Amino acid sequence: MIYLLYLLIFGFVFTATIGLFASWVDRKLTARIQYRVGPPLLQPLYDIMKLLRKETLIPGGADKLTFLSVPVVGLVSVIIVATILWVANLDPQQTFTGDVIVVMYLLLVPSISILIGGFASGNPLASLGASREMKLILSYELPFILVILVAVIQADFSTRLGDILMHQVDNGAIAFSWSGGLALLVGLVCAQAKMALVPFDIPEAETEIAHGVLIEYSGTALALYRLTKNMLLAALPLFFIVIFLGGLGGEGVQVLYGILKFLGIVALFTIIRNTNPRLRIDQVMKFFWGPMTLLAIVAVLLALGDL
Amino acid sequence: MGLLDDAFLKSLWVFHLATGSCNNCDIEALDCLTPRHDIERFGMLLTGSIKHADVLLVTGAVNRQCIPRIKNIYEQMPKPRLVAAIGECALSRGIFIHSYNCPMPLDHVIPVDVYIPGCPPKPEAIIAGLVKLIERRKTNKLTEKV
Repeated sequence: MIYLLYLLIFGFVFTATIGLFASWVDRKLTARIQYRVGPPLLQPLYDIMKLLRKETLIPGGADKLTFLSVPVVGLVSVIIVATILWVANLDPQQTFTGDVIVVMYLLLVPSISILIGGFASGNPLASLGASREMKLILSYELPFILVILVAVIQADFSTRLGDILMHQVDNGAIAFSWSGGLALLVGLVCAQAKMALVPFDIPEAETEIAHGVLIEYSGTALALYRLTKNMLLAALPLFFIVIFLGGLGGEGVQVLYGILKFLGIVALFTIIRNTNPRLRIDQVMKFFWGPMTLLAIVAVLLALGDL
Repeated sequence: MGLLDDAFLKSLWVFHLATGSCNNCDIEALDCLTPRHDIERFGMLLTGSIKHADVLLVTGAVNRQCIPRIKNIYEQMPKPRLVAAIGECALSRGIFIHSYNCPMPLDHVIPVDVYIPGCPPKPEAIIAGLVKLIERRKTNKLTEKV
């Protein structure tokens, strides 16, 4: 029963609220950077509500079942990730062994669901976007796993989120060590690619392939995708806060620090998004398999050497 | 007028379709997104895919080549959908009214919800037209009911 409560209240409602808010922060900050006023606070919610009301079109050449079911798969996986992270934050003792690995896998599922949805829609531009998404996953996944390995090594080779958190309560946040700082840096760049934000928005490039993988989606299915994206914008910063920045904190002024950590990471994503042009897919692969993987390996070696 | 209908009017996504215009109206339409006018204040965004769009923004004298394509694009739009005709050409074919290649104005091809005249209309005029569209939608006087 308690798990159902966590799943519904924290996993879905709470994370969705924070995700919509984070999405507003992202859009408002983008507007301020461009000297505009920007949308009102409830704008992301209005977008979702509007899309829920619109007609859902299924293209003629599409595989109906796959086309309509994959957005749900993506959303559910984000909900489960968020639940595990909230449990780790609120009650570190209740986490299970290996949940870091589960989180790592489930964070991959939204990207894969978008990829399958793109192929299922039968649109040539969507296929192009989906193949780019596949290459993007291949690029960022290696450094991302190495980054998580750093936190695991630092917490005495424990793959429990609870242990990683307790380790940070005793010894200070992992991000303040040399290896942790380096890993957080690489991890944030990987997260940028995971959410397909601007320097890495190759699968959805609006100006080249008109939203790519999402081109055929409309109505409720598109609303689910947008909700998934907004919730990822809450879940990924939360993940980094848990494994590198010592959690959201329990009571009093600690909660304020937690909120600041979250907003800081979201603002960083936005600033990177607004100050960089889109890269080509081959440049992204070179970038992730070259410098980023190298930095991640250095971080792992430093973590092995207790730095 | 439920809550969801309210959300529709606060988040209109616009798809921009040029049907053989001289590009002047298109530039003015894009001006609405710039910092000076900032139409995102009202939740309006420019989308690249017709399947995401709520408003079809048409510019240009509708020529023979474009007529089947306009119909095709319009039919691909998910309901509820609105159409805005921008500029003298889309309204009444402007200086091309006697041209062999422009047989009919836009509202003979697809239903149009708001007409924004001008050659080209100012960004202020476009915003005012879209605000009128929202007002009319609120009082449900549109050609296509949901």
